[in-house]
Amino acid sequence: MDSFKESFIIAFNLILMGDSQLIEIVALSMKVSLIATLCASIIGILLGVALSILRFYGRTPLIILINGLMGLPPVVVGLLLYMLLSKNGPLNCLNILYSPSAMILAQFVIILPVVASLSQEILSGYFEEYKDQLRVLGRKNQSIAITLIWEGRFRLFTAVVAGLGRAVGEVGAVMIVGGNINHVTRVMTTSIALETSRGDLNLALALGIILVSVSIIINGALFYLRRLSEALDGDT
Amino acid sequence: MVKYALMILSIIPFGVTSDSNQFITLQSTTSTENSGLYDFLLPAFTAESGIKVRVVAVGTGQALRNARNGDGDILITHAREAEERFVRSGFGLNRRDLMFNDFVIVGPPEALGDKSKNRNPVDFFRNIAEKERIFVSRGDDSGTHKKELELWTRADVDVVAASGRWYRETGTGMGATLNIAIGMGAFTLTDRGTWISFKNKSDFEIIVEGADILHNQYGVVVATPKNQEPSKRQNAIIFCNWLLSEAGRAQINSFAINGEQLFYANGDGSACE
Repeated sequence: MDSFKESFIIAFNLILMGDSQLIEIVALSMKVSLIATLCASIIGILLGVALSILRFYGRTPLIILINGLMGLPPVVVGLLLYMLLSKNGPLNCLNILYSPSAMILAQFVIILPVVASLSQEILSGYFEEYKDQLRVLGRKNQSIAITLIWEGRFRLFTAVVAGLGRAVGEVGAVMIVGGNINHVTRVMTTSIALETSRGDLNLALALGIILVSVSIIINGALFYLRRLSEALDGDT
Repeated sequence: MVKYALMILSIIPFGVTSDSNQFITLQSTTSTENSGLYDFLLPAFTAESGIKVRVVAVGTGQALRNARNGDGDILITHAREAEERFVRSGFGLNRRDLMFNDFVIVGPPEALGDKSKNRNPVDFFRNIAEKERIFVSRGDDSGTHKKELELWTRADVDVVAASGRWYRETGTGMGATLNIAIGMGAFTLTDRGTWISFKNKSDFEIIVEGADILHNQYGVVVATPKNQEPSKRQNAIIFCNWLLSEAGRAQINSFAINGEQLFYANGDGSACE
């Protein structure tokens, strides 16, 4: 029990003192995960809407594949990207191994199926509901897509938040492609892994507490943002 | 849509760019990083040379493999034979002795009793096997793992047959393995640097130390991947020579935790190149 108390005290002190190393690590975590989530959200939602509207050969297997990829182990993603981005790999021209860009790419790959799959699920529901009306109106696919995304925008939030959550908490892939380099690619999760391996369990847990707090704050902000826009929406 | 997708993806490389190209990548064993040695050494080197060193800390086996793939400019590892094989295969310049400390066997204090710590580690390992006491192995092809296997071979114990019973392979780094050993009240082999700097020792103690066979030699090798930028090669050589110089040696020798020196520089005076 004392151990837990100590971790909370350490976490509290780190935050209060505005530890510069901690700020650097939290900032990089956020930067990497937010960029990855932004990219994955845009492409994932587009993929989701396409899969809910279009009917083509192989659609169902594709949906099953994307659903399955939600469980993609981050370590496998890390390993694959390492092999691709390595000096010996086919994508070495990008020259991003052991850089934050590689970590963004890894998180993007991990959360894209999450966002795409959840979006498809959400938007298919709307499509089933409205498809007859939309077809009667003679709307083109593109305009149907825009309508669906607009109608589903609040629920799509959930898909994006789920993706962000997975990105922020991920460690296996960013450890391999980022290398956990001090001041360059060290993020919250890799710091926690490092402190655990240094046997500094209290500091590791303190960092975990901070990571969870940051995650709760972001989710809270998104929640109220959604509330606010829903309220504004109701007014009009 | 593909066009837009590509446009969005192109944000990724621009998301974060590195400020300076004046850096080299060091593929290193974990013990040196976990003990804090690099936080102590590198600022001094960077101040002197203007070259930044980025440390990727993995086990010795993986460090060598990463460097074979061209993803490192210099190596600090502790498995002499593997390092020499790496150089012979044309992946690196000369291998040089850098520094040493020693391996120790740690375990629950009652195992020590009133016995001396200067026991023969091979006999001790044979004893563990006979009594089927739980032993936690790195199992990850690291330098420490290689040393441990050497001890088992000398003790004439077949650990493959015992794996999953009293012999537990974690396949993880030294720190994680120590956490597991302490959690299970088991024995494990660790380098002294990691042990001294390790904070979750609980009541564990060094049970065996001091034998010649427990010598832990670290080596440094400048990697020579095919499509490496020439400036990186140059900078890696500068770093390597600095490590082996008087200044570097003094810096290594003055690194201590709680007054205890962790590494002893022992280059033979020759430079990297």
